[in-house]
Amino acid sequence: MIFGNEHKSESIQNIKIIALVTTSATFLISLTCLFQFDFDLEGFQFLEDRKWVSTMRYKLGVDGISLPFVMLTTFLMPLVIVASWDIEYRVKDYMVAFLILESLMIGVFCALDIILFYIFFEAGLIPMFIIIGIWGGKDRIYATFKFFLYTLLGSILMLVAIIYLINMVGSSDIEKLFQYIVPSNVVDVFGFSVSGGTQTLLWLAFFASFAVKMPMWPFHTWLPDAHVQAPTGGSMVLAAILLKMGGYGFIRFNLSILPEASIIMQDFILFLSVIAIIYASLVALVQEDMKKLIAYSSVAHMGFVTMGIFSMDHHGIDGAIFQMISHGIISAALFFGVGVMYVRTKTRLISDYGGLVIRMPNFALILMIFTMANIGLPGTSGFVGEFLSLLGAFKTKPWYVAFALIGVILSAAYALPLYKKIMFGDLLKENLKPLSDISFAEKVVFIPLIIATIAFGIFPYFIFEFTDTSVGAILNNMENAVIISQTNIEETILKVFSSREDG
Amino acid sequence: MIIFSIVFLPLFGAVISGFFHRWFGEKIVMIVTTALVSISCLFSWGMFFSFAEDTVVKIILSSWIKTSDFEVFWALRFDNLTSVMLVVITTVSSLVHIYSFGYMNHDLNWKDSESYKPRFFSYLSLFTFMMLMLVTADNFLQMFFGWEGVGLASYLLIGFYYKKSSANSAAIKAFIVNRVGDFGFVLGIFGIFFLFGTISFDFVFSEISSVVSTDYLLLEIFSLCLFVGAMGKSAQLFLHTWLPDAMEGPTPVSALIHAATMVTAGVFLVCRISPMLEYTPIVSMIIIIVGTGTALFAASVALVQQDIKRIIAYSTCSQLGYMFVAAGIGFYQAAMFHLFTHAFFKALLFLGAGSVIHGTHHEQNIFKMGGLRTKMPYTFVSMLIGTLAITGVGIPLVYYIFDIQLGFAGFASKDAIIEGIYAHGGSFSIYAFWILIIAATMTSFYSWRLIFVTFFGEFKGDKKLFDSIHESSISMIIPLSILVLGSIFTGFVFYEQFVGHNSKQYFGDAIFMSSENTILKDFHYVPWWVKVSPFFAMIIGLFCSMVFYLANSSLLTVLFKQHAGLYVFLYKKWYFDEIYATLIIAPVKYLGNLFWIHFDGKVINKFINFVSLALVPSLSKNAATAQTGFVTHYAFAMILGLVAVTILLSVFISF
Repeated sequence: MIFGNEHKSESIQNIKIIALVTTSATFLISLTCLFQFDFDLEGFQFLEDRKWVSTMRYKLGVDGISLPFVMLTTFLMPLVIVASWDIEYRVKDYMVAFLILESLMIGVFCALDIILFYIFFEAGLIPMFIIIGIWGGKDRIYATFKFFLYTLLGSILMLVAIIYLINMVGSSDIEKLFQYIVPSNVVDVFGFSVSGGTQTLLWLAFFASFAVKMPMWPFHTWLPDAHVQAPTGGSMVLAAILLKMGGYGFIRFNLSILPEASIIMQDFILFLSVIAIIYASLVALVQEDMKKLIAYSSVAHMGFVTMGIFSMDHHGIDGAIFQMISHGIISAALFFGVGVMYVRTKTRLISDYGGLVIRMPNFALILMIFTMANIGLPGTSGFVGEFLSLLGAFKTKPWYVAFALIGVILSAAYALPLYKKIMFGDLLKENLKPLSDISFAEKVVFIPLIIATIAFGIFPYFIFEFTDTSVGAILNNMENAVIISQTNIEETILKVFSSREDG
Repeated sequence: MIIFSIVFLPLFGAVISGFFHRWFGEKIVMIVTTALVSISCLFSWGMFFSFAEDTVVKIILSSWIKTSDFEVFWALRFDNLTSVMLVVITTVSSLVHIYSFGYMNHDLNWKDSESYKPRFFSYLSLFTFMMLMLVTADNFLQMFFGWEGVGLASYLLIGFYYKKSSANSAAIKAFIVNRVGDFGFVLGIFGIFFLFGTISFDFVFSEISSVVSTDYLLLEIFSLCLFVGAMGKSAQLFLHTWLPDAMEGPTPVSALIHAATMVTAGVFLVCRISPMLEYTPIVSMIIIIVGTGTALFAASVALVQQDIKRIIAYSTCSQLGYMFVAAGIGFYQAAMFHLFTHAFFKALLFLGAGSVIHGTHHEQNIFKMGGLRTKMPYTFVSMLIGTLAITGVGIPLVYYIFDIQLGFAGFASKDAIIEGIYAHGGSFSIYAFWILIIAATMTSFYSWRLIFVTFFGEFKGDKKLFDSIHESSISMIIPLSILVLGSIFTGFVFYEQFVGHNSKQYFGDAIFMSSENTILKDFHYVPWWVKVSPFFAMIIGLFCSMVFYLANSSLLTVLFKQHAGLYVFLYKKWYFDEIYATLIIAPVKYLGNLFWIHFDGKVINKFINFVSLALVPSLSKNAATAQTGFVTHYAFAMILGLVAVTILLSVFISF
């Protein structure tokens, strides 16, 4: 479908330009998909289907759920390239890594073969690993190590589940998996009887992988370290897109293929989400490093996403998808904002700043917009996602929502003092006095992000036009699956009874 | 189209002033912005007088959020409740714009090279726009948009002097305390959607009676949630702590946001959801309790404060309590009436205080002033009239002979509330009645104290300073004079319209009153002593104030010495800030550190290290310094381990 290409060129400037042109072209191509997209179609569109190894197929396509993510990726990548304009060390490798990463990320969102999905999902680790490992900060090795290990551990469990699933269904085609109803009879594992049976076990395996990726509490500790060490571009992609693979996976696999297990595990995952929201917000309150603070705030925001997804309600899932897109835009901007400051001062400690607004008024305005978006001010995209996710969950689980809302209060409590400490106060520190306001290139990165944040805040219905049909399809599918399997249970019970009577 | 321009002209002004001041020049954008708000103000008055009773106009602008059965529109709704608010907002806003020309000129917080004025005007206009969005909302979510929008503007304006750390902290405090209220508001919106399947006012209010029969208790709970939101914005007891601190902002801001408009948004919300409150007696009861509590608490604190703006801030808080009491007893018209009159005299008091502060070169402690009436005659007269209005000076009982309320603005509106609470009946309401009377006495005391200490007696500050004190410029005096007119006349001109015999028709469906709610008639028929009691309360307060501050101040020191404990208790504002700091802020920070250092750092990371060590013995403690080459080994070992686990599982599990 859409692939960024690898280029090799002698001049550093050329490399950057080629990377920019490639990513921009990709964005334009994806825009045509956007305009040709048929809102009313339930299934996948723009299919690309080739025979591959044995029963596996190279099958790509998008539906209303994956298209927003593809758009997010293609929209952000040119900006990431511009944001990385001042990279000087091994530029060619850097750009190649990012272009490969883009292909893989788009691949994840488009893959319609579960093996293909797994390959894209895992392969994405490698360029990210390299990006942090080579262009990262001081403790980059520890961070990459932790990042790799965490994600791999989860992914391997998922691989086991995928293999099991393929064996059971006899196909690795995701569309076929949707139609298959995985048995949910109670099974015994080491003497424990697991309700939901196979579904629950597979669900947990998928969960392990996606929960680490999200990251959900308590699998989140890799994220702050990875962010702190990653270069600006790496942080942007990590927060904006890589994390979303977890949420996407939850919707695509846990919710769609294993609906009954999702219902069984609903309380469990909502509980973790609420903990993530409150816990991460509290931790963000006491951070001293800007990137860590934003990383913890990401964990909290992802808590709203998991809450929305597993509300298993139309509004909730729509909200979760929206929240992911919105967080992609906002977190990219925030991490780039940190990068803007870091380039000038070489420090990320909050206490090293103060009074920046005097030297950098434009930047102060921009950061204010994104700080407000981050704490979910209505009128910015940050609000809509949070609101709908919680609205969806409120119908069945009002108490979880009430606790999650505490996170909304806390988000203001960590984001505003951060802004204050960086921007406000008098300009006292000598090294901050000669700072210059943002450059043209930096504006080029920020302006599209600002437009997106505000446009999606005021006219979010635009995104829901894409997602509505597909989310509806998933929910229908879920209901049907549950009804069918319940009738199955009733039938088996009847059979048992009748056989007893016979006996 | 007129409604559209009323709402969007200020936004246009904010954008021009915020982004284009370098193109057009400071002066021009300031004038343009002010002109746009003033046009909006003229339109509002036009609508206010010409708008037919009992009609609703709705303009749908665009879709906002739409997912399956949840659809919200951007829409403008105009009825008489909105109409009153529009007049209040745009009038005070345009006057504050004009006033700021003088007040913000030569601000000592800025260097000459720094351009701060367009930014200030831009924030003011942005605030006005958000406030207009709030009152013209036709569903709860858009109201929440305006609600948070004014919160943002308030945050920006309180922290306007961004070099001052205390100003920023106050701004953050305001935002966060309001968020606590918003917690309730959002929960209320969720609840309403849950009960009604929509959050549009029209649908919700028309379905109330059927929902009451099935989900009465839930309706009570969700109304309470909405009221918590109102408490935050209107600085009611327990969520009031941000309002006095908000005085860190420039004084015109205090007049516009923290006296006349934003803080009354809570009252507006409560009146807007009158169809819900009419069916939820428990919540109405809570509103009365919180309202009276706030009225008394804030008035008592205002008795001993020394900062001129803080006195007026607590006074605002207390008056908002009165408005809530009115709404709690189902007398929404009186709440709106008091909101309306209060906007004029409180804005007047604040702008007057601003004039004093400006004239005395940023002195705010009233005990460092004195004798200013000769130096600032216009300001003195304005403040005096503001005080006459807030303390409710007027001639009681005239209404029953000549059918007009003869008195200043506060006389008409505050007395209506006090009569209303008596007429509401029940033993509890009698308590509330007496508390409000006591609060009215205090109001009179502290208001006159402010006048006597500031404008009478000897100047207590530096002699040189006294000589340099000057009357404010014309751009500050004009708004004061207009507000003076408002403070004198709004009471008896609009009495009939708001709470008179025909006021039920005036508000029409905008305010719903159940058939059992006859307060509109009842409050006219309270005993004569009830009608005159606020008048005597005012006289007592005035008398005490005169004795203490005008005649014999030694009496005061004796009194303070005898009740030093009480004095400090009041001066420290009942220790609310200290209690919150120890009970909420400290534990939250402690938890944050605990989770971060001990849980993330020790439990989780150690556990992870432990797991990896158990899986791969060859990699020891040096996980942190491991080379990338090792990771592949590590990963490979993990795969081996997992394969083993898988095999084990498949052996043991029988599917």
